[in-house]
Amino acid sequence: MSHQYNPSVESMPAAQLQALQQDQLRQLVPHLYQAVPVYKHKFDQAGIDPFALQSLADLAQLPFTTKDDLRAAYPYAMFSAPTRDIVRVHASSGTTGSISVVGYTTKDIANWAECVARAIVAAGGTADDFLHVAYGYGLFTGGLGLHYGAELMGACVIPISGGNTKRQIQFLRDLMSTGGLACTPSYALLLAEEAAAQGVDLAALPLRFGIFGAEPWSENMRSQIEAQLGIDAYDIYGLSEIMGPGVAFECQAKDGLHINEDQFYVEVVDRETGECVQDGQYGELVFTTLAKQGSALLRYNTHDISRIVPGVCSCGRTHKRIERITGRSDDMIIVRGVNVYPSQIEQVLLGFTDRLAPQYQVVLTREAAMDAMEVRVELSPNFDFDEISALERLSIEVRTAIASVLSVSVKLSIVEPYSIARTEGKAVRLVDRRTAE
Amino acid sequence: MAQQLSVFLENAPGRLNRLANCLGEQEINMHALFVADTSDFGVARIICDRTEDAVKALREEGFSVTTTDVVAVEIPDTPGALGTLFTAIADAGIDISYSYCLVEPVTKKAVNFCRLKCPNAEEVIEAAGFRVLGDSVFHGM
Repeated sequence: MSHQYNPSVESMPAAQLQALQQDQLRQLVPHLYQAVPVYKHKFDQAGIDPFALQSLADLAQLPFTTKDDLRAAYPYAMFSAPTRDIVRVHASSGTTGSISVVGYTTKDIANWAECVARAIVAAGGTADDFLHVAYGYGLFTGGLGLHYGAELMGACVIPISGGNTKRQIQFLRDLMSTGGLACTPSYALLLAEEAAAQGVDLAALPLRFGIFGAEPWSENMRSQIEAQLGIDAYDIYGLSEIMGPGVAFECQAKDGLHINEDQFYVEVVDRETGECVQDGQYGELVFTTLAKQGSALLRYNTHDISRIVPGVCSCGRTHKRIERITGRSDDMIIVRGVNVYPSQIEQVLLGFTDRLAPQYQVVLTREAAMDAMEVRVELSPNFDFDEISALERLSIEVRTAIASVLSVSVKLSIVEPYSIARTEGKAVRLVDRRTAE
Repeated sequence: MAQQLSVFLENAPGRLNRLANCLGEQEINMHALFVADTSDFGVARIICDRTEDAVKALREEGFSVTTTDVVAVEIPDTPGALGTLFTAIADAGIDISYSYCLVEPVTKKAVNFCRLKCPNAEEVIEAAGFRVLGDSVFHGM
């Protein structure tokens, strides 16, 4: 049971885990019916008796909770505990729309810390380590989420938050005898770039592991980060509506993210029909919070696209794994009738790192009622571009590769190194100018 | 061989302007400039008096810069001179990637710069009776 923070829970026999989930659900459903008017209304409308729910399978009869429900409940109408018991709020970053607020009780904060502690230990973190937390602190769950988890498992937190990239490099170089880094994957690459500019070799530092999340990233990006920072990079998944980072996390096997199933029940549903799909099939992730008090949710549809990884993990954990998120179905863009995820483009571009830098932006415009997609990507500073033919060959190769993955042609613009704006939080990969025109 | 700067340029307004001003501010003197362009991007090739300083200054300004060795050949600024040089290169079976010239109106001399796909191109051209110039000729000019 190496690298497990709480082996008795993380490696609990599957039958015992299922029984635990069932017990929690039997208490949760009637409670929400009585405590949250939105749920009472939903159940009554659907003609469902909340007291008759027997098994986990029965959950599939219940309606989804949606982002719109949370927005309509702004700010507190869907809190499931009295406000005097709420000790903290966070708010969603509003990637695609307005704000939703979630509340946490003391027990929620403790449970969350436990989830994150498991993730840090799974990444190889120990009480002897430092954790450089460069996620933003504040309403965003990233900073405080990793912070409390690290303190619980005994690591020393460097709560540097996001921003001031120059100082980040100084702290990484001077303060950390050994340990890990937590931030968005795009910020990890920005840190590597800034370090190189300052003549600091991050790969030579005693940094061992990184925990990266809050935006979708690809396997190619993992290789980039691991090579440039000289670390093992692990994915962490979560969203503020459900809790924050730590809903699921990668272990040393790097083969899917274990859901903290003692706290979250997962379903994967078909995008069109909303029906549950078989394990192994792709669909939208739907979570029910089994242990939360402040903002408990039934069947919250995240619209994140993934699937349950079949089989048993080599790490010994019994909790189910989800595959890394391909994209959020509401991040999906439709270009000339074809469904496109920005992450697919990233995957292609990261196959050209000998000549391109891992910085890109997708710009959508509408020309004469036709959608046009431009992919802007930076030239690698190390590429010998003196012969125009080498640049043209690169451009054709990249365009062909993108077209074969997306089934839609794109305009490719190779731009100067460092010309695409860097961000300290979530990277701005998509600029949609279609509605503005 | 002469050392040439190659600068990658996005096809956007103001890029050449920034390039020229950056070198001017450093008191770097350009002897020749040749811009190759496609519809999407361009490459500016420059012969100047202080190549290393120019690379440093341009990189600090955020430009992508590489240096390339090109063959510099002195020819008279008269009709037919360039044709004679290119015939000698073609007769030796050497491919020209690209080529451009620098003219001195007073002395009626010219220098042709070309990137050649042949490691001993300089010897071949000298054997054909041309004067090949070294990098130092362009420094302090």
